[in-house]
Amino acid sequence: MEITLTHYLVLSTVLFSIGLIGVMRRKNLLMLFFATEILLNSVNVALVAISHYYGDFTGQMFAFFIIAIAASEVAVGLGLLVLWFKRYNTIDLDNMTQMKG
Amino acid sequence: MEMFVYIALFAPLVGSLTAGLFGAQKKTLFTGIFASGMLFASFMASLLLLIQVLQGNTYHVEMMTWIATGDLYVPFGFVVNQVTVTMMMVVTLVSTVVHVYSIGYMDHDKAFNRFFAYLSAFVFSMMVLVMSDNLLGLFIGWEGVGVCSWLLIGFWYHKESATWAANEAFIMNRIADLAMLVGIFTLYWNMGTISYEGIFAGVANADHDMLVVAAGFLFVGAMGKSAQFPLHTWLADAMEGPTPVSALIHAATMVTAGVYLVVRMNPMYDLVPEVGIIIASLGAFVAMFAASMALVNRDMKRIIAYSTLSQLGYMFVAAGLGAYWVALFHLMAHAFFKALLFLGAGNVMHAMSDELDPFKMGGLKKAMPGTFWMMTLASIALAGLFPFAGFFSKDLILEVAFVEHHYILYTVLLLTAGLTAFYSFRLAFLIFLGEERYKLFGFHPHEAYKYMLVAMSPLLILAIIAGFLFKGTYYEMVIAMLPAGEYHVHNHLVYWIMTIGTQLFVIAAIVYAYKKYQDAKIDKKVEEGFFYQLLFNQYYIPKIYDEVFSKPYAELSKMMWKLDNTVVDATVDGIANVFYGTAKKTHTMQDGNLSSMLKWMVVGLVALLVSAAVFIGIVTNTDAIMKLLGH
Repeated sequence: MEITLTHYLVLSTVLFSIGLIGVMRRKNLLMLFFATEILLNSVNVALVAISHYYGDFTGQMFAFFIIAIAASEVAVGLGLLVLWFKRYNTIDLDNMTQMKG
Repeated sequence: MEMFVYIALFAPLVGSLTAGLFGAQKKTLFTGIFASGMLFASFMASLLLLIQVLQGNTYHVEMMTWIATGDLYVPFGFVVNQVTVTMMMVVTLVSTVVHVYSIGYMDHDKAFNRFFAYLSAFVFSMMVLVMSDNLLGLFIGWEGVGVCSWLLIGFWYHKESATWAANEAFIMNRIADLAMLVGIFTLYWNMGTISYEGIFAGVANADHDMLVVAAGFLFVGAMGKSAQFPLHTWLADAMEGPTPVSALIHAATMVTAGVYLVVRMNPMYDLVPEVGIIIASLGAFVAMFAASMALVNRDMKRIIAYSTLSQLGYMFVAAGLGAYWVALFHLMAHAFFKALLFLGAGNVMHAMSDELDPFKMGGLKKAMPGTFWMMTLASIALAGLFPFAGFFSKDLILEVAFVEHHYILYTVLLLTAGLTAFYSFRLAFLIFLGEERYKLFGFHPHEAYKYMLVAMSPLLILAIIAGFLFKGTYYEMVIAMLPAGEYHVHNHLVYWIMTIGTQLFVIAAIVYAYKKYQDAKIDKKVEEGFFYQLLFNQYYIPKIYDEVFSKPYAELSKMMWKLDNTVVDATVDGIANVFYGTAKKTHTMQDGNLSSMLKWMVVGLVALLVSAAVFIGIVTNTDAIMKLLGH
């Protein structure tokens, strides 16, 4: 069976849904980061696949940008996470309610 | 010489702004001296300009363009000619005197600096009014003096009565100003210009009815500023302000602006004698009407205020009969002796701890001889005895009425001259002669500061000599602009009978006042009489205004207030309540929990995606949907 664009897009959708559910359900900050990573990469898959399908490299370039920015975002995020853990000894989301309006 | 025009105009403004900088601080003598110095500079510049004008030079400067749009061109232009320079001299001279006097008068006042800021600002506005080369500039000055008058009447704003009087003056003037604007618009609409030159060039060919309308409306504006009946009530109430203000604004300068307007617009008023006769008749009526109220009043400043009103009536008689130069001459002479009278009254008030009732004074001659002589001489000038200024200006107005064959006006004015003499000397005798009644009330009068009396002396000298010394020069000068006319009774016998008769009549009135009031006896029977009560209550006019205008207006305002509450406010509040309620119900969304916020984000994302999908669906299937709906 040949793998077509549809397969990639279905994979991307499935990954996105998993990521979205993760973002909504996870209470652990670290897990939340994983979920966002899955979200980003599902989009990457879709971008690369469509780029290949049209023979246009713009989509792949975009994917690289996303990878680079996601990396820096995770670096900053993990740094803050470690700091948070040191101070409060927990990374449970339900305890982070300082922004309550 | 253009520089002197600007100095004369802007020096008071510099003084005002400088004093204003220190307005909120406590008294600094410097502001008073600086403002007075600036006024003196303005006076000297005016004097130099007067000398130039006497040599036949006039000046017209255009400082800058103000409004230039379409056919309308209005510059900030200023004119120095025979008429304006006369006014400039009067304004700057009296203001300089009043400024110096005020340094002494306002000595103990906390708001000393603020007072000078306002007073100099007034002079600047008055100079703009006088010097402007177009009606719009005049109007700006007109409004400027109105604002300064409001500020100064309500200067002691912690007094309820002062703020009330300030508002009354401002609102009454506002009503008249509307008419004045209509007059200016009428002129612009029909003649396409509002500069004096342009209007004067065009009046000869202008439509007569239009001129009547314009002249009438402009005169209504003049009536407001000059407090003519029926807009007169504010002037007496304006006496709530500090006395130097009464002297400068409500006697010598601002209230004469109405007369000045008629004089300045003389080529127009010359063409509409029917308006002129109305002006003259109203003037004569006001002269008598105001003088009658002054007869019985028991408030020193109000008596002088009514006297001002009465003299303004005289000026309007002269202006209305076409004797513009006589009106302007009386304006000038009146400014001198009336300001002097007011400043003298200020000295008395100071001495008597702001007591105003002359029946509580008496015998002050001993305590304050300087003031006694000044006020007596000013009263003589006001009464018009030879050879004081009033004789040459006021009696001339009588002659004008006689020569122009308006014998009714003449009779009214003659009677008023008697009343004038009577009430001014009633006041003088009550204050200065007789028993020292003030001792009963525990006053310790003292003479004013020396420099205050010195400051007043130029006015005294002018009140005495202005008539016989300057009349000839003045006449030679102003006939370049105003219609000439000697207004001399040609029959010698008639002339002498008239002159001596008037003099004797006036002297008789003074003697009668002396007989009646030297011992300040109050005749109970007269006081309870109908006429006394009528006059004492100012013909009940303030009461009538209160009943007819103020109270119904207050009722209307209350109704509108209710309407405002139930309709306008309710609508606005309703809208606000909707938002407030929504926020109250939904604010729990913002619980600060990252997880739930992310959930809301997802909800938002889904909502946006769905609406985007629906929108695209509608756009791509428009035709099908239209068909379904039956089109």
